[in-house]
Amino acid sequence: MSLSGLFLLVFLALHAGLNACALVSRDLYGTVCAFMDTNPLVQLMVPVLAGGFIVHILFSLFVEFHNLTARPRSMQYAVANKSQATSWASKNMFVLGIIVLGFLAIHLVNFWSKMQLQHWIGGEGQNAYDLIVNLFSKWQFCVLYLVWFSAIYYHVSHGFWSAFQTIGLTNSLWIPRLQCLAKIYAEIVFLAYAAVPVCFLLGIRS
Amino acid sequence: MKFTLKVWRQKNAKAKGRFETYRVDGISPDTSFLEMLDILNNNLIEEGKEPVAFDHDCREGICGMCSLYINGRPHGPDDLITTCQLHCRKFNDGDTITIEPWRSAAFPVVKDLVVNRNAFDQILQAGGFITCPGIVPDANALPIAKKDADESMDAAACIGCGACVATCKNGSAMLFVAARVSTLAKLPQGRVEAAKRAKAMVAKMDELGFGSCTNTGACEAECPKGISISNIARLNREFLLAKIQD
Repeated sequence: MSLSGLFLLVFLALHAGLNACALVSRDLYGTVCAFMDTNPLVQLMVPVLAGGFIVHILFSLFVEFHNLTARPRSMQYAVANKSQATSWASKNMFVLGIIVLGFLAIHLVNFWSKMQLQHWIGGEGQNAYDLIVNLFSKWQFCVLYLVWFSAIYYHVSHGFWSAFQTIGLTNSLWIPRLQCLAKIYAEIVFLAYAAVPVCFLLGIRS
Repeated sequence: MKFTLKVWRQKNAKAKGRFETYRVDGISPDTSFLEMLDILNNNLIEEGKEPVAFDHDCREGICGMCSLYINGRPHGPDDLITTCQLHCRKFNDGDTITIEPWRSAAFPVVKDLVVNRNAFDQILQAGGFITCPGIVPDANALPIAKKDADESMDAAACIGCGACVATCKNGSAMLFVAARVSTLAKLPQGRVEAAKRAKAMVAKMDELGFGSCTNTGACEAECPKGISISNIARLNREFLLAKIQD
């Protein structure tokens, strides 16, 4: 799960970079989208990316159900642990993952199914910039996407350093450093993603 | 001081448990938590009732026997101490104190607050040792870097109380196993069987029904000996390298 998580973190950063192009100009974003639609390596990486998601989801399901057997609901404490030492995100990774996955489905319907999928099935893909303008002119969708990005923020803020810990690439010196890096990475990713709906809703970009 | 105690009572492993409420009065703030339970038990015996069963032995924080989950924390509301080192002055006069046994599928309740932690012994038996055929060499015969000796000793501070499992939302024993693996992995004597040890202990841990680590860090926060989760990273390293070498 840690390796698939690290793979998805790389994708997350790449996608954030592509999104940022929409904040620069319509033409630049159009060029980038055309590249993504036609580049053979990208076409090859799409199923690999889907595989990464599937592996990550399957492992998380396995770990969650395994852990439910180790500490079943019938064995919960009457007084819950109120320790502040553990982050909220670390205790709710599975729920956060479900939220991320649910919104991902909405996102794929809103964008990917009208763009790249159309090319694959021989149809005419819609203009990505127009899709952004139309969707994020509605505040309801902006709020939905911001909730999604918040879930990604919390998921990444724990998942980033946790992945390194799971593959043994940490020590007492690097655990606090990686925890700090995880927060910075999650904040950058959140801001990069959130900037698009906010800028289009507020009319900073149109 | 006076306290209202909500104590988990369970006749045996198969019986259904429940909370019983007791009141204790006239407790000195300097009374240890276990002494306060002794006073409660004396009262119960005088009343002709069954005393509360709880684990305890050395009462100086080194044996790892005491195992109470007090007001939502293993070993109670203080850091880096065991239940036997907890004193009543850590509570307020008139407090209600909820006392529960460790909760984990791998630690079944034996009676009241006593749980069976034999699973830890089984994990140790799977590989938590070094094999030394022939004459045991002199302790100073092998030079060991101070840093390695310190890290080994820090991990060796684990008393196997099970607070890590008790506090982990997944009921994972990774901190315990990691501490035992690290103690030996940092020493030349332990390196010989390091790969075999990591695989055997992790396999036994999984077999016994402990959960998987999701790096919440709750174990480190509640460990009475302050064992670092960096030991878990070392265990993961040892385990992965051993698997790759297979």
